[in-house]
Amino acid sequence: MILNDLLQIKDQERAARKKTTLRCCMAAGCMSSDSKGVKEQLEKAVADAGLQDTVEVRGVGCMKLCCEGPLVQADPQNALYIKVTSENAPSIIAALKGGKAEAAQTDPDAAFFKKQLSIVLANSGVVDPDRIESYIALDGYQALHEVLHEMTPKDVVDTMVNSGLRGRGGAGFPTGLKWGTVAKSPGAKKYVICNADEGDPGAFMDRSVLESDPHAVLEGMAIAAYAVGADQGFIYVRAEYPLAITRLQTAIKQAKQLGVLGSGIFESPFNFTIDIRIGAGAFVCGEETALMASVEGKRGTPRPRPPFPAESGLFGCPTLINNVETFANVPAIYRNGAEWFAGIGTEKSKGTKVFALAGKIKNTGLIEVPMGTPLRTIVEEMGGGAPGGAKIKAVQTGGPSGGCIPSQHLDTPVDYESLGKLGSIMGSGGMIVMDESTRMVDVARFFMEFCMDESCGKCIPCRAGTVQMHNLLEKILDRRATPRDLLKLEELCDMVKNTSLCGLGQTAPNPTLSTLRFFRNEYEELLQPEAHGPKGNGEAKKQTLTT
Amino acid sequence: MIATPLHSKRNRLPAVLEHASGDKRFKILEVHMKKHQFRHDALIEVLHKAQELFGYLEDDLLLFVSYKLKLPPSRVYGVATFYHFFNLKPQGEHTCVVCMGTACYVKGADKVIAAIQDQTKIRPGETTPDNKVSLLTARCIGACGIAPAVVYDGTVNPRATPESAVKQIKKWTGT
Repeated sequence: MILNDLLQIKDQERAARKKTTLRCCMAAGCMSSDSKGVKEQLEKAVADAGLQDTVEVRGVGCMKLCCEGPLVQADPQNALYIKVTSENAPSIIAALKGGKAEAAQTDPDAAFFKKQLSIVLANSGVVDPDRIESYIALDGYQALHEVLHEMTPKDVVDTMVNSGLRGRGGAGFPTGLKWGTVAKSPGAKKYVICNADEGDPGAFMDRSVLESDPHAVLEGMAIAAYAVGADQGFIYVRAEYPLAITRLQTAIKQAKQLGVLGSGIFESPFNFTIDIRIGAGAFVCGEETALMASVEGKRGTPRPRPPFPAESGLFGCPTLINNVETFANVPAIYRNGAEWFAGIGTEKSKGTKVFALAGKIKNTGLIEVPMGTPLRTIVEEMGGGAPGGAKIKAVQTGGPSGGCIPSQHLDTPVDYESLGKLGSIMGSGGMIVMDESTRMVDVARFFMEFCMDESCGKCIPCRAGTVQMHNLLEKILDRRATPRDLLKLEELCDMVKNTSLCGLGQTAPNPTLSTLRFFRNEYEELLQPEAHGPKGNGEAKKQTLTT
Repeated sequence: MIATPLHSKRNRLPAVLEHASGDKRFKILEVHMKKHQFRHDALIEVLHKAQELFGYLEDDLLLFVSYKLKLPPSRVYGVATFYHFFNLKPQGEHTCVVCMGTACYVKGADKVIAAIQDQTKIRPGETTPDNKVSLLTARCIGACGIAPAVVYDGTVNPRATPESAVKQIKKWTGT
């Protein structure tokens, strides 16, 4: 494979384009509403109408507005059909010829779409994830070629540093710095791992990226591997995402066949292979050291850092671990330059962020916005507010490691620092909207139960602390707790936060702490007055100690 | 399973291997292990395959895996019990997985699961006495845009309600 071959595929694919394309969403959300049947019916209707030469029906990845699926977009007519069924799908073909479509439509220029800025999701809903040619037609793998032939690994790292990209997994560690550390670590064998263990309940960005544009992740990993000097990569995917796994397997196979993965990529001395590792349902495996233990076939328990994975990671070798979205940003950065990327976003948070908008909100789905976009724009303008005109009470970001941002802080710009100041985190991108009917103590208990179940049991603060905090929250919800219990809860939160081994325990108290900070009255309303008299007091004390 | 007295488990290996020689599924599993060159780090992959073949991971199966991969049984058992995805008990004819992710939860997944529990009289993780239905919960299946989601025998059902869930269960149990 040389550049000319790549350009030839690109030209062929572009020349084969037909006058009209019907893009049909084939991501997991729409698939569960029978988008496969819709696509079959569309293809049949095209054949019946004899339009095979002018109309292409293309299965694509996520088209973002998941709540209205299955979605079908007709171009160049710019018509977006929603909730299409296999019964009314043929009428869309009739509409192409001037008839009337029975399927409902929505405005593709609505705020939900117009306010987005797509880098990671640029190809999502456009390319056919099952065909590498479709990705190549949109300049795919050209960045990899350029990197391999025109840049030294050091240049590649420098470009990443200049772009200002920060880890999209949640913590926001500068990606360039991480790449530089792994590149400098001595060792003949190095690894690149893509963390696709998207365990946050309420987050589905990584799933969508893998299902919609798997090649962008593969290309990003290959560029990273060249920069750090690795020749083996792993993608650790959750077993709960069967479609993403299938699409990745197809993508890797096609990339190997074309020679953009494997040995001697683009006739350079660079070799790189990628294997998939399937998780088995453990939230803690999102933590990098636990994830590596799991790739090694062990129980997914974290270990203390240092040594950091950049020095001693998988099988004791220097290892680069980045999140799916981080890798998906990489090809665009090398195609358009570090300056272009650094020009987007805020001073400290560059680029865009993908969020999975869900919960009590009108438009649920995927959005990608520049860093620094106010929460209000996302929730009210793009999301359309809570359904039925209910009042939005809070927005939860960061899943079980994050916090609840109350409605009075909706003007906060979305970036790593601003969210951190409010006691939440950027997290991987789950954004759950809650309205007045949501009880915040219940939310805190929900997340604590999650952390309690998912604690791996290695360190005591997390193993025992989450159980005790959960008991206290249950006690509060049952109206059996006293103000003393609330104090105890706060003490425990502080202790678990500061003494746990890994991120799971260190952040487990966050949802409780943030709801305590902004919705303390809801806790206090549930409290019972302290028992009176010395005897009663003693008993109360005894009880709390034994819970 | 954990409660099984230890002595009855001693020297199980010859019996396990003899049993395995007569079952095709063990052969397939061994081929899969060979594909991974019997590497220790392939343990989770092997267990995935074993569960796919047998439906659940029973003690003898784990013993077989540990013997073939040359790993101590404690390590295999430790891994199998650590990850939620592996079942150590047989599942019912049908499985119903209710997503309990945050998005599903705030949209009423708790009511859906309560209705199913009411109908089947079993709790999450259990199987009905007639072995028809297993009820499970998932942490998040990533279908938050169509919450609440329930997975019936591997097919995701969007926007579930207590009524729709009970209807599906009744269809399975024939009541």
